[in-house]
Amino acid sequence: MSFLEKMMLIDRRWIYLSIGLAVIIPVVVQFEVPVSVSPEVKKIYDFVENLNAGDYLFIAVDYDPSSMAELNPMAEAVLNQAFAKDLKVIIVTLAQFGPGMVEDLTTRLAAAHHRVRGEDYVFLGYRPYPAITIMLMGINFRVPFPVDHYSVPLDSMPMMRDIRNFADVKAVIDFTAGNTADFWITYGVGRFDFPLAIGITGVMAADYYQYLQSGQIFGIIPGVKGAAEYEQLVGFPGKGKEQMAYQVIAHSVIIAFILISNIAYFATRKQKQQLGGGR
Amino acid sequence: MKREIPIIIVGVTGVVMFFQYFIPTGWSEFIFTYGQDWVMVIGILSLPLGIWSLVKANVLKLKDPKERFYSAVLLAGFLAMVLTGLKRESFEAGSVFMKLFNTILIPIQATVFSLLAFFIASAAYRAFRARSVLATVLLITAFLVMLRFIPLGPISTANLGAVAWILSVPNMAAKRAIMMGIGLGAAATAIKIILGIERTYMGRD
Repeated sequence: MSFLEKMMLIDRRWIYLSIGLAVIIPVVVQFEVPVSVSPEVKKIYDFVENLNAGDYLFIAVDYDPSSMAELNPMAEAVLNQAFAKDLKVIIVTLAQFGPGMVEDLTTRLAAAHHRVRGEDYVFLGYRPYPAITIMLMGINFRVPFPVDHYSVPLDSMPMMRDIRNFADVKAVIDFTAGNTADFWITYGVGRFDFPLAIGITGVMAADYYQYLQSGQIFGIIPGVKGAAEYEQLVGFPGKGKEQMAYQVIAHSVIIAFILISNIAYFATRKQKQQLGGGR
Repeated sequence: MKREIPIIIVGVTGVVMFFQYFIPTGWSEFIFTYGQDWVMVIGILSLPLGIWSLVKANVLKLKDPKERFYSAVLLAGFLAMVLTGLKRESFEAGSVFMKLFNTILIPIQATVFSLLAFFIASAAYRAFRARSVLATVLLITAFLVMLRFIPLGPISTANLGAVAWILSVPNMAAKRAIMMGIGLGAAATAIKIILGIERTYMGRD
């Protein structure tokens, strides 16, 4: 077997080892990656930035620990901006393990910004059946959530007194790793017509850009790069920016393997054609 | 009657829920919220069934020396999370439940998901070969989109326009066609269920 043929049949264990090394390198040799901000991320930042203190922002934390590496940094960046601007934040989760994610985010960020639960932000909690929960919240938040995650009645909270449904919030920002974004677009925007932006994992990005063009969402934060862009805009460097070094190295390795595979493929094909044995 | 009664219930519920969507009155809203509460109640009733099935299967596996360890870990984890999560205060930061969640569940899920990077790298190496015209188009498109979403400085920004066009024109056209097909299929299936033509949801007799 020639060298080129060997390059086309690299054992998957070598690929695994290369990826493993690629994610270890930035731990040993730390470096910063410059990030350019995309228009779709900037739109969300500008929207939140132009809100006035006391305006209501609705945040849906629809992801589990499996995708928190990608989605936590963006949720954190948006919450940082919202708390810094003194916005009132209503949080919900439609993911099974979402309450743990929200608990972690709100505990850290509310303490950092001196925000009080029930006065500055409220965590409604988790309900199964995303489509139904979204439609019920469109009627009144109190229908699916008469009490918040900690069993405090919504009516007893100062910030929730005059707030009924999506018509009373300036926008909804959904962070999701699954098809919950589809439910927000179809049953939320489609029926109640509120401004929606989404933060999604990198692999989902291509599926949701179409909604940007159709105007059903006004912004999109794609993957950890989007999170890093948002962190840069907000001025709170976090895990998103930190992960950029790992992204660059790991993706460069993947690109290198694709190039090796194709170069070897074309070279061997040419050799076979010259020998008259190939197609 | 064993088949007729469920068909009548499904038919009437389907027609009522369909028309209430277009009637913006207090009564319509009441029917909608009441109906959705029923969906949640029925769904929650299936939870004990799932728990029973999981516990039963793993208790039986305890007898098998090869499977014993894994089933014991599963049952111990299940019991620990249920018992520590029974109180309302369990969800407060610092509780035993949250400590178990943060120190065991989060690392486990994150680890399993991160393995995807290795499989994607291996799959990309094997799949992205320009063997035909279509494969070449796929390879070039994937390459452009990938470069756009990696922070490679000027390389990422250079093809911003091209990627925006790929995502919002051919990508959108394909997605719209697929979604319209799914939508029409879902509507047709819903009509068949409401009219009692599609009965597989009742299982076998």
